[in-house]
Amino acid sequence: MEPKIIDFEQGWDYIETGITALKRHSESLPVPKFTLEQYCDLYTAVYKMCVQKSPYDFSSQLYQKCCETMEEYMNSTVLPALNEKLGDEYMLLRELVERWSNYKVLVRALSHIFFYLQRFFIVRESLPSIETVGMGYFRDLVYNKLQSKVREAVLALVDKEREGEDIDRKVTKRVLEFYIEIGMERYEQDFESFMLKDTASYYSRKASSWIQEDDSINDYIFKSEQCLQKEKERVSHYLHFSSEPKLVKVVEHELFVVHENQILEKTHAEKQIGLGPLAKIFKQHVEDTTINAKEQVLIRKVIELHEVYMVTECFQSHTLFHKDLKRAVAGSDALLATFCDRIILKKWGSEELSEEDIEKVVMFLAYISDEKDIFAEFYRKKLALRLLLNRGVSDDHERSILTKLKQQNRGQFTFKMERMINDLTLSRENQNSFKEYVAKPGIGLTVTVLTSGIWPSYKTFGINLPNEMVKCVEVFKEFYETKTKGRKLTWIHSLGTCHVNGKFDQKSIELIVSTHQAVVLLLFNTKDKLSYNDIQTQLNVGHEDLVWLLYSLSCGKYKILIKEPATETVSRTDVFEFNSKFTARMCRVKIPLPHVNDKKKVIEDVDKDRRYAIDATIVRIMKGKKALGLQQLVSECVQQLNQMFKPDIKTIKMRIEDLITRDYLERDRENPNMFRYLA
Amino acid sequence: MPRSASKTSKKRTQPDSVTSSATDPVPSASSKKKSCKEMDATDQLFYKYANTSSGVIDPEGIEKLCSSLKVPHTDIRILMLAWRMKAARQGYFTKAEWRIALTALKADTINKLKKALPELEKEVRKPLNFRDFYAYAFKYCLTEERQRILEIETICKLLDMVLGSTFRAQVDYFVNYLNNQKEYKAIDMDQWMGFYRFCNEISFPDMINYNLEHSWPCILDNFFEWMRSKQA
Repeated sequence: MEPKIIDFEQGWDYIETGITALKRHSESLPVPKFTLEQYCDLYTAVYKMCVQKSPYDFSSQLYQKCCETMEEYMNSTVLPALNEKLGDEYMLLRELVERWSNYKVLVRALSHIFFYLQRFFIVRESLPSIETVGMGYFRDLVYNKLQSKVREAVLALVDKEREGEDIDRKVTKRVLEFYIEIGMERYEQDFESFMLKDTASYYSRKASSWIQEDDSINDYIFKSEQCLQKEKERVSHYLHFSSEPKLVKVVEHELFVVHENQILEKTHAEKQIGLGPLAKIFKQHVEDTTINAKEQVLIRKVIELHEVYMVTECFQSHTLFHKDLKRAVAGSDALLATFCDRIILKKWGSEELSEEDIEKVVMFLAYISDEKDIFAEFYRKKLALRLLLNRGVSDDHERSILTKLKQQNRGQFTFKMERMINDLTLSRENQNSFKEYVAKPGIGLTVTVLTSGIWPSYKTFGINLPNEMVKCVEVFKEFYETKTKGRKLTWIHSLGTCHVNGKFDQKSIELIVSTHQAVVLLLFNTKDKLSYNDIQTQLNVGHEDLVWLLYSLSCGKYKILIKEPATETVSRTDVFEFNSKFTARMCRVKIPLPHVNDKKKVIEDVDKDRRYAIDATIVRIMKGKKALGLQQLVSECVQQLNQMFKPDIKTIKMRIEDLITRDYLERDRENPNMFRYLA
Repeated sequence: MPRSASKTSKKRTQPDSVTSSATDPVPSASSKKKSCKEMDATDQLFYKYANTSSGVIDPEGIEKLCSSLKVPHTDIRILMLAWRMKAARQGYFTKAEWRIALTALKADTINKLKKALPELEKEVRKPLNFRDFYAYAFKYCLTEERQRILEIETICKLLDMVLGSTFRAQVDYFVNYLNNQKEYKAIDMDQWMGFYRFCNEISFPDMINYNLEHSWPCILDNFFEWMRSKQA
């Protein structure tokens, strides 16, 4: 028997009755509960109307009607309810969250009833789902119209709370959740950005008035810390967690950075303990990688204060200071070492720094660095360059700084660096002997012998030396054999310097170049013009390195060689010619080689060293104890390595696993938490 | 297979003679003779599948065996059989190994073997045995000498086969994780056993009793964090 055809009007009437009941149900009005049976009936009605054969297949009309229903509901019920409450901020918010919640219930119910549409018709026609359409209506008809009013209402509440009044946090939270449900970008752009601006101006006003009021610095700091704490609480109560860092930054900026000079003056004048903000200020400046004169003064001031606390008997403040400051400068070890470098070289604006100053600064920076091994590594690299490139800092001076660093840091902190300075002293003595050995002048060769392992490892590349240089190397080797037997000398030409006389048309100019560069130039003694290939064949240098060398001689500021074609980069088809027309104002010119940024390499090296250190420590501990549980092994490990760095449990676990694969350790079969040493 | 079928029927009617085979016919009717006959039957079954030149059952033979047993080639029960006979080399059964398993299962014909499989499975799934079986599964796949690790692809298939029926969710998620991460290209025995422990001890998928500071292998720590980030 053919099922009875449901005609549209009839069918829709039935469904509409159901929807009306649903609406009332969603508003939690006193109605008989909407039963599962009723849902099923409606669902079935929809289903039937969709599977009827054409022209009684009413899928499209149903979809249409459903959308219209939602839109109509918005316009007839939701919007008027909200508009009614526009006068009262708080009531508006309450109404909003309630209507939103009800509306979601309704839309969800509708999408359940019309689910059959969703599965087939909507998918087939690639239409937006009922939920999407429903949410869209709310967004377009309510959110877009009212959100700025809503925002104002919320911000007003926030300011009220700041002034100490109690507000309805629940409602505020639900409002912000609503923003987030509409979309995270909406939250950020339509609310958060305004909230941050509002916060900034609020605290700007407060800061100015507090500073004016001639508060003692202690009170100011106390008030500021309180505000920060409250703002953080605010986030946990109703803001989105991602707002916290942005909010904190704004508040810190207004309360501390804007008035930093006054704060520091006050602190210094009153000799009070106000370390938190100082750490914050310091941090903001340290994060900026180019330190300029302004920071120098600032940092100087911080260091003076540090001194004050070192001297006082106030241990509490001492440790607090370091803890705060340490946190503030975490991760800027490269920066600190650079800072040290500049200070030691007195390259600091126009102010002359006394030896004492320098020592204080270096000690201070070494102390606050948490990962001493990274700091030490950077410091060592910079020290090496200072020593090798003869930057005019006295050995005694370097030594005295190292002594102070050693006092502050137990362990192997300065071992290598002291050895480095010794190497230099030894080399200088050697040099005198070498001069005597050579007797006949003619070879102007100065050699610095570095003990491998003590100095940072330097990359160098081989090159075919010209005869004159080969002879020099041979002579020195012979000499060195007379001093010490059985040592292997590896020449690091990349660190060498040559003074080459360039006989140019206008005048002779002395060129200060690296050894590698000199070798390239000397090729042009026999031939005026050489192709890239010629040069490469004669010198036997890799492509990358050779490009680097030739670039420095032909594309930089001083063009000793003319490159054909005169493009910006060096390629394999280029031809080079001695630039006889070259001239310069001075009679001595340095041709620099572009430097490679090696910060990454330092960190890689330190990471490698750390891995070895952890491995060695684990093996040592396990060899002694034979069997140990994980927790104990970790704590012993951390204790033994604590001087230089703090290994985290994850790294230790990884090293243990590695040692297991290398058959140093095994996991106990019965107790997986226990490890055994494998002899 | 007609010959084995006839052999079966012959057995049912208490044969007093042995058909020609590689073993010597023994005319006595003592129980000793009977066990010899069984051995011979087992041997004969072996030779049905063994490679004639090498004298062992090779991968081709195992495939034949699988189709006789009406069991898919990649079925866990073949692995279980291998475990039972402590087969040393993946894809090969020696005569000695074969005898160990079939004697234990009291099977000397293909049908008896087939009927013994459910019993075998039950045996393997006993908690004490299963751990051993699980470890064996890993070792069984190590084909090169001194090989200690298995590639991720192999591990995924193995996990599915060995733990798929008991820890479906854990296996699915973990396999998904393994295929998406880039840090590990292979798994070793310690990590393999770690996962078994994980399935048994850690409530899933909430993993509330998992602790990063315990001695779980790092790969499971990473898996845990990956799961957490997905659940957020």
